[in-house]
This record gives sequence, structure tokens and C-alpha cells, in this order.
Amino acid sequence: MSESSSGRTDEPVLVVSGLRKVFGTQVAVDDLSFELLPGKSLAIVGESGSGKTTVARMIVGLEKPTAGTIIACGRDRSRPARRGAERKLRGREVQIVFQDPYSSLDPRQTGAALVDEVLRVHHGGSADSRQRRVAELAELVGLDVRQMNAMPKALSGGQRQRVAIARALATDPRVLILDESVAALDVSIQAQVLNVLADIRDQRGISYVLISHDLAVVRQLTEDALVMQRGIVVEQGRTSDILDNPQHSYTQLLRASVPGPGWKPQRLRERQS
Amino acid sequence: MTALLEVSDLTVNLALDSGLREVITGTSLTIAEGEAVGLVGESGSGKSMTAKAIARLLPAGAQCTGSVTFDGTDVLALTGDELRRHRAQVAVVFQDPRAHINPVRRIDDFMTESLRSLENVSKADGVQRAVQALEDVGIDNPGKRLRQYPHELSGGMLQRVMIATAILSRPRLLLADECTTALDVTTQSEVMAILDELRRDLGLSMLFITHDLELAGAVCDRTCVMYAGQIVETRAAGVLHADPLHPYSAALVQARPNITKTAERLVAIPGRPLSAFEAPSGCRFAPRCLHSTPSCSSHEQSVVDLDGGSVRCERAAELRGNLLDGSHV
Repeated sequence: MSESSSGRTDEPVLVVSGLRKVFGTQVAVDDLSFELLPGKSLAIVGESGSGKTTVARMIVGLEKPTAGTIIACGRDRSRPARRGAERKLRGREVQIVFQDPYSSLDPRQTGAALVDEVLRVHHGGSADSRQRRVAELAELVGLDVRQMNAMPKALSGGQRQRVAIARALATDPRVLILDESVAALDVSIQAQVLNVLADIRDQRGISYVLISHDLAVVRQLTEDALVMQRGIVVEQGRTSDILDNPQHSYTQLLRASVPGPGWKPQRLRERQS
Repeated sequence: MTALLEVSDLTVNLALDSGLREVITGTSLTIAEGEAVGLVGESGSGKSMTAKAIARLLPAGAQCTGSVTFDGTDVLALTGDELRRHRAQVAVVFQDPRAHINPVRRIDDFMTESLRSLENVSKADGVQRAVQALEDVGIDNPGKRLRQYPHELSGGMLQRVMIATAILSRPRLLLADECTTALDVTTQSEVMAILDELRRDLGLSMLFITHDLELAGAVCDRTCVMYAGQIVETRAAGVLHADPLHPYSAALVQARPNITKTAERLVAIPGRPLSAFEAPSGCRFAPRCLHSTPSCSSHEQSVVDLDGGSVRCERAAELRGNLLDGSHV
């Protein structure tokens, strides 16, 4: 599957080059570059403080890069949008699903109303057509009518995260940023959501940027990966190569820290700060 | 080995505004001197409540039936000074250190408070012991750390402070409740290694609560799997992953993505995890189970011994060896 599509001549939907972000004297992200083809997934792997979430925030436009360019669907989005129309266009092209489904939804708005609002703002259309679209999106993420019309407090964490995914998909984006989007879910629910994400990618040809610290989830969902440590990309390549045969000492350390058969926890005195 | 802790047929009801809510049903487990037991389950399964019942930290109004015996003492009947001494013997480390430390007091106050109130240790002696404990958990320059405030330390560092504080009172049992879940993987590895060392050096027993079956398998002697307030399987930790007895344990193994290969599709468990009070009668996992029959839901499942472990499933012997599809073994 990946072999045939990697040979396609599609234009990349997302091109990031020389991306850099400095907060005060701290370099959060330094010289990060990657390309993402339609229907492909890229993982950005790292621990807290690695700068992975800052990359996500720059791609969606919540943070302004200090240097470098971000080109999505052929348009440069590294500078703030000048006009409202352009801001809306950027919102349509790239969407994000955050980690915590408990804080990313309005407690007084049902999933259906939320998705409908996004449709109204971005695509207009009649109330009837929007209602049909809400139903389609609900089916895509695996929620029934009752759940879509419930307030967030009546939904479980996995159901809320599906609402958040439906909301993000409502603009019909080309790129979806998943910022630790399955990290807070129970194991059995995480598997359901990962399957839903894989189905959506197959059906829609959408591309994912998965921000994650969980190497098993990265393996399941992405073809390519880059590993960040304190703002610097230490390793970049195919996910399977990086996990099976890590080259950089930090990637090797990450890989060795994952519990599995025969695993023994190790003390890493040199890492103490 | 004799049992240091024995929990027998423990049922816990929490008092909420809406009435009593059952969170644990008929739980039995033992921990021997020096043994590490894993308690694995998803949200609402009752694993944290089990730890809280053992440490007598359940919310006000909670009602317990059954028994909790620690070193021959009836834990549920303790009051006053005896209860304080029990809590010194049974230390707890929670998931989020920042939620369990006073942000406006310095680390030395936090660490020595119980020593000074419980054992009448002088401030100077308390600080000396705290320095030693911080060195034991691998913190450099402990004298400086003691004069800092919680916000000045990273999450991993603070969790090590919590572990150091827990061992200060020289406990015999450590209840570790998802104590590495919020940490980075490399820090998790470090904290687990520290716990492992302490366990060996101090002969500490441990109840290790986690949602991560593989982590429990790597650091524990035995693992208990909990679902909807009941323990559904107890097994030697090393074999649980490759040869689970209960369909729920097997489903947990299979639902987790595998770091060594990409699955065509994950074997998700339909539905969502339940709490004890919302569980159906009969087998509580039956509605989500691929192997359930009408008989499973018609009556309570009892715990039976099988191959050195125990399992709460009437079909366990018959299903054994056929629960995994082979991709995870």
C-alpha cells in the first residue's frame, strides 16, 4: 500500500522547511524540515520539552515561527493571515485535535451543534444539507444520533474525542494534526479511535501529523517519523526503520525505555538535571 | 512466604449525593513479604479504590464489607494513633505529584512533617534522613532540593521526591498508583528502576497499579486484572501477556498497538469500560466479550484456579490458548 502510493507524483500537502521558534533565550524548535504527501502520516516523536507541540501549534497558526516556512496546499502560512477570508481558508486546510477531550469541548454545546457551527462558518449551505453532513460525519467517527445530541458531560472520554475529530473533519481539511489525541484514552477505546483514524485516512486521503510520545501508537498509524530532543531533530526517516534500527543514541534510549518482554528498567544517572 | 496483606471479599460503596455507588465488588488479593503485585485495569475498574481502601484513604461516608488484614491487624477497624501508624507502614505514591504536595511549603517541610509528628524526630534528624532518602532515589545535591518549592522541580524530579518521602517512614508496603503514568518514558524507566532497587534493598512489598499490562509484566511477580470492580484474573506476571486466561485480559493485550509491527487493524474491544455500579448481572464483561454465551450472563461467575493462576470465567479452561490471534505472542 505504502509502496505504490509513495511512487505517486502528488504534490505534498504540507512542506515545512527550516522551521525555528525561539521563546526569549530558549530555542524551542531548531531547523525542522519535512514534507507530507496526500494520504500519508508523519509522526513527531519526543518527550516533554522536546518542542513537538510547538511545531503543531505553528502549523495550525497558533504560534508564529521565528524563522522558516510552512506551506500547506501550496500557500505560505508562516506569517499571520492578513484578512479574515485568508484565516478561514487556512482553518479549512489544516485542523487539529488536542489531547484532552475534557477541556477542548464547550460544556454547553452538543456535538451536533458544534459540528453544525463549523459547517455554517466554513461552507454555508442550507440547514437540511448541514444536518445531513453532521449525520455523515457522526457515522464516520462512529457516534450515533443520541450521542451527537448529548452534552459533553454525558459522553465518555473516547466519545468526546470522536466529537473533537468530527469537528476537525467538518471543514474537510487536507491535513489533520493529532496532538497526543489518543494518549488520554483507555486501551480498549484507544484501539477504537486508532481504527477510526485509519479508516478516515483510507476514505478521505487526508494526511496526518501525529504528535506523540507513544512509540507503539506511532508504529500503528504512521509511515514516516522524526524524533525531537530539546528542539532538535535527532533522527528522521521511515517509522519502521527508526523503531527497528534506531541510529541516534537518544532514539535508542527511547526505544529501550518501552516495557516489553524481557524488559528491565534502567537508571540513567547522566540524564539528571 | 507469608501474606503481609490479605484483602478478602472486599466490597466498597461510595456515598454520593445520588446515593450509594458500588465501586469494588468482592475483591480478594494477597501480597507476600517482599512481593510485587500488579493491579491492571481501565478507568472506573476500581483499582485506585482498592489501594485507597488498603491505605484507609477512602472518601468520607464510604462503606466497606469484607476484610483487609495487614500483618495480622484488621485495617478497616483502625482509628486514631493506630491508623496513623498503619499509614506510615503502608505508603502511597499517586499519579500526579503536584496534586499531592502543598505548593506553598518547601520540600523539607513536606518530607519531614510526618516524621516529626509521628516519630518525634527532631528537625535536624528529619532533614538528615530526608537527604539520605533523596540520595537513595538518585537526586543530586539533595540539600539544595530540600530548600526548593515544588514548582521549581520537574515532574520526574517531584515524583522521585514523593517516593523518597514514602520510604522515609520505613514502610513495609508501597502502594504505587499509576505513579509513572504522567512521566516521560525515559523517566518512567528511571523511576521503575528506583522502585525495583528499593524493593530489593528494603524488602518492601508493592502493589503496583497501572493501565499498562506490559509494564506490570516487566516489574511485578504476579498481576491481577480488574474489570468493573472485580478481579477477573490473577496470574504470574511473566506469563499473563502470552497466555492470558480471561477473555478481557486477552482483549487488553490485543487492543494495544505493537511496537514491533503495524497491525492491519487493531482488535478493539467494542463498547466502553464499565464501573461496578453500572455493570450488568452475571459476567460483567459478557456484553463486550467475543466468547460470551447466554449462560455467561445468566449467573455470577465464580473464581476458579487454573494452571497456578485464578480466573473469573466459566469458559476459561475451554478457551485457553485460543484467546489471542497469534500476532502478539
